[in-house]
Amino acid sequence: MREKIARHDMPCQDPVTRARNFEEVALGYSEETAIAEAKRCLQCKKSLCVTGCPVEVQIPEFIRRIAEGDFAAAGEVLKQKNSLPAVCGRVCPQESQCESKCVLGIKDEPVAIGRLERFAADYQLARGKSKVTIPAPSGKRIAIIGGGPAGLTCAGDLAKSGHAVTVFEALHVAGGVLMYGIPQFRLPKEVVQSEIENLRDMGVEIKVDYVVGKITSVDELMATGYDAVFLGTGAGLPNFMGIPGENLNGVYSANEFLTRTNLMKAYRFPDYATPVKVGKRVAVLGAGNVAMDSARTSLRLGAEEVYIVYRRSRTEMPARHEEVEHAEEEGVQLMLLTNPTRISGDERSWVHSMTCLCHELGEPDESGRRSPVAIPGSEFELAVDTVIVAIGQGPNPLVTKSTPGLELNKRGNIIVDQETMETSKPGVFAGGDIVTGAATVILAMGAGKKAAAAINDYLKNK
Amino acid sequence: MYKIVKRRQLAPSIVLFEVEAPEVAKKVEPGQFVIVRHDEKGERIPLTVMDFDRIRGTITIVVQDVGYSSAIINQTQEGSAFLDFVGPLGVPTEIEKYGTVVCIGGGLGIAPVFPIARGLKEAGNQVISVLGSRSAELLILEEEMCSVSHEVVIATNDGSAGVQGFVTDGLAHILQQGKKIDAVWAIGPIVMMKAVAEFTRPLGIKTIVSMNPIMVDGTGMCGACRVSVGTETKFACVDGPEFDGHLVDFDLAMKRLEYFKDEENRARARLQCSHEGGNH
Repeated sequence: MREKIARHDMPCQDPVTRARNFEEVALGYSEETAIAEAKRCLQCKKSLCVTGCPVEVQIPEFIRRIAEGDFAAAGEVLKQKNSLPAVCGRVCPQESQCESKCVLGIKDEPVAIGRLERFAADYQLARGKSKVTIPAPSGKRIAIIGGGPAGLTCAGDLAKSGHAVTVFEALHVAGGVLMYGIPQFRLPKEVVQSEIENLRDMGVEIKVDYVVGKITSVDELMATGYDAVFLGTGAGLPNFMGIPGENLNGVYSANEFLTRTNLMKAYRFPDYATPVKVGKRVAVLGAGNVAMDSARTSLRLGAEEVYIVYRRSRTEMPARHEEVEHAEEEGVQLMLLTNPTRISGDERSWVHSMTCLCHELGEPDESGRRSPVAIPGSEFELAVDTVIVAIGQGPNPLVTKSTPGLELNKRGNIIVDQETMETSKPGVFAGGDIVTGAATVILAMGAGKKAAAAINDYLKNK
Repeated sequence: MYKIVKRRQLAPSIVLFEVEAPEVAKKVEPGQFVIVRHDEKGERIPLTVMDFDRIRGTITIVVQDVGYSSAIINQTQEGSAFLDFVGPLGVPTEIEKYGTVVCIGGGLGIAPVFPIARGLKEAGNQVISVLGSRSAELLILEEEMCSVSHEVVIATNDGSAGVQGFVTDGLAHILQQGKKIDAVWAIGPIVMMKAVAEFTRPLGIKTIVSMNPIMVDGTGMCGACRVSVGTETKFACVDGPEFDGHLVDFDLAMKRLEYFKDEENRARARLQCSHEGGNH
């Protein structure tokens, strides 16, 4: 019989301490806690949790192995479906995916699937390389454009089928948003690189410093003998508000702020040569995960007051619950129902304040959320010296613009067949943020997985 | 790794590097830039291409020691290599037949003007080049510019070479000869590009400048390189680096370059310390 026990918390660094360092916030389960949590799983025959997972991890099976104490086997089960489990265990919004389907969650709290995934994946990474069986070569070559979550997942699955896979990455290191966007304290870069190392062991070739759309084109790649191409170029074009003062010194896109800090390791300046500057009072515009990451990074870089400025209310905030919770614990202040209208600077063009307007919630808009309505005369000045714009990203046009025959929607996202992820261009597939617009790591991974399966079928019939 | 096959000191603090990057060399066009990262801890530094050789598979860049990272790059020796060399980035120069064109290079800006002048000459334009520097000692690539121009005018601030004055004085000199100018390219310090744009504005001469703002990725991802052009904000990395000089807000561009000055000074101080410690 299952023991009736409460969901186990994961130990975290103390908020006051962690708000000033870049070490990982959540510390992971111990073996004992992992086993105890795993034993809460009902091992449902009809596993609803699996239907909530975009990459269909065999959740009850890996949890059973943990409960039995066979952690290595649990890791193997994860790897069958998920090329990046140590990443997913940390950044997936489990509360709205697998855990939201957990039967235990109806009356009680769901099994901590994400924490268990992280535990088993970390166990395997710490034990070093697992045996990789490389299948017989299929003789087919596939080009993956973009080394982020979508591309890496697609690459891993295709390599498992014996295809020769090359990932073309524009930056100097693969990982995409996992490297440049998500901070070290939430996803250590060493974890990302270990997962990518595993892909290399499976035979995936990764070419960095390679900007497809500039150094070569999709058509040229196909002409040089690639049998299929997957486009996973992501949402790499930051949106700005379009308000006066956005080009003043002290205004960053979240992408710039996070890329400097994470990818270029500016938090270790001057040992690392790339600088990042944060003032004493920081306003972060937006309330998604990227906004929370920017706010928490600002604290760690020495900011004294950090505000999340968001035009809707708490219920509409798109960030994961845990991120908002962690941010507030660390001292980030939420300034809700507030929207900036102007950023002002001093004579040197450095930001000194932001004009804001208070809002109230009106009727639901097309997104189904109640839309904010400005309250006349509610204008006020917020003294800030740094503004970080985290209101989303558009699709990066370098590849789409240089690929004739690729159908795009009005926003510039690639149009694909939802079942096969195939684009309007034969042999070219796409997935992740370049198709959906900015979304989550796991949705991009799910798309990469779906595309890999479709590419396999396509190559069989070719 | 990208091997340095040639290193040539052009002037005090200005070094030319010819770097092996065959795939970049195959595609690059005048006006484009590359991003260089010296080592694992290095910054990503954007540098406009000075020359390329599609057969040798090399790209030539010219670097002036103006900060911590450029100093590190300039200490790199022939035979060693850069860790990263990304390109070709940005939009190429619109090379076509305009008629008579003036190519103005100020200081280090002479390097990126070189392939543009060559391209314009090959396209059948009458090319007059104006080269400016503080003094004769800092004047670079004079011979190379002569080989791609029909006429070269030199202006130095101290008069140690050519006429004494600024590049705008060189430009005035050409106009005094009664020549009709159809287009101007001006690359150099922001103050110089601004002065040229102000000079040509009342004359209605199309004037293209090449912006070199702070950048990180160079692919449109970070938006650090925002330039105000007319009523729009453009990203120099993907929309430029060349823009209509009559529309660029140079004052803002100048202020934006100041943003990391304190950090730059800190990094430089560190470089000097390590010199004194004999680490180099």
